[in-house]
Amino acid sequence: MLTPGLYHLLFISSALFFIGVYGFVTRRNLVTMLMSIELVLNSVNLNFIAFNKYLWPNGLDGLFFTIFIIAIAAAEAAVAIAIIINLYRSHNSIDVEQAEEMKY
Amino acid sequence: MSGSIFIFYLLAALTLGFAVMAVSTRQIFRAAIYLLFSLIGIAGIYFWLQYDFIAAVQIIVYVGGITVLIIFSIFLTQQAGELLPKQKIGRQVFSALAVFCAFALVMLQLYKYKFIAGTGQAVAPTISNIGGQMLSIEEGGYALPFEVVSMLLLAALIGCIVIAMRSVDTSTQTELPS
Repeated sequence: MLTPGLYHLLFISSALFFIGVYGFVTRRNLVTMLMSIELVLNSVNLNFIAFNKYLWPNGLDGLFFTIFIIAIAAAEAAVAIAIIINLYRSHNSIDVEQAEEMKY
Repeated sequence: MSGSIFIFYLLAALTLGFAVMAVSTRQIFRAAIYLLFSLIGIAGIYFWLQYDFIAAVQIIVYVGGITVLIIFSIFLTQQAGELLPKQKIGRQVFSALAVFCAFALVMLQLYKYKFIAGTGQAVAPTISNIGGQMLSIEEGGYALPFEVVSMLLLAALIGCIVIAMRSVDTSTQTELPS
């Protein structure tokens, strides 16, 4: 029970996922919401690596999925920050409550 | 309890503890720093699992790239030393309750499920194995997703520039050289 195995890693990754979801629901600032999304994506990566290590040792497919998720997360963060900076420029705030209309 | 097990639990506690602090602190800069430590903890777990390449990628991309990007955007959009506005206590309690219930449900289902491990020759996650399979065009190769992701990164970079670019006034546009 004490020896770390698949279930311990799955516990960590699901806990991390729900911490991220909690942050996404409670925060009202776009940058902190982006941080929560990063936590969620990291939990998914950890899940893929754990399954690849313990259930699929004769392949590297989980690892490739992790690499692609990291690449897409980097692209997503860059686009999100561009949008945040643009929103700050037009509304002078990055609070989601103040960005109600979708007008350029 | 051997040293390896102790290190695993230490890394797990570090990751989860800093993640909780990152989503609950009211100082946004501290939240970014806590997120940084949480990501380093995940990289440590990858090292513990002996997936060295993924751990290195995690440190380079997340710790070195995304966190720095987030800190920059905090500096650009936030007044220094300003606390985030206090959330309604009802919303916090309700979200924590909902999240905890969902987590408990997932863990219950997980511990009831028996996973079946794959058999066969184990493939070590060395860099030569990863690189060979990543660029292979045979069955099981990942050359096509690799190309698609590189196109997506290019599109994202161009999209960032277009979105964040300051829009030029139409009155001054005629004075710019084409």
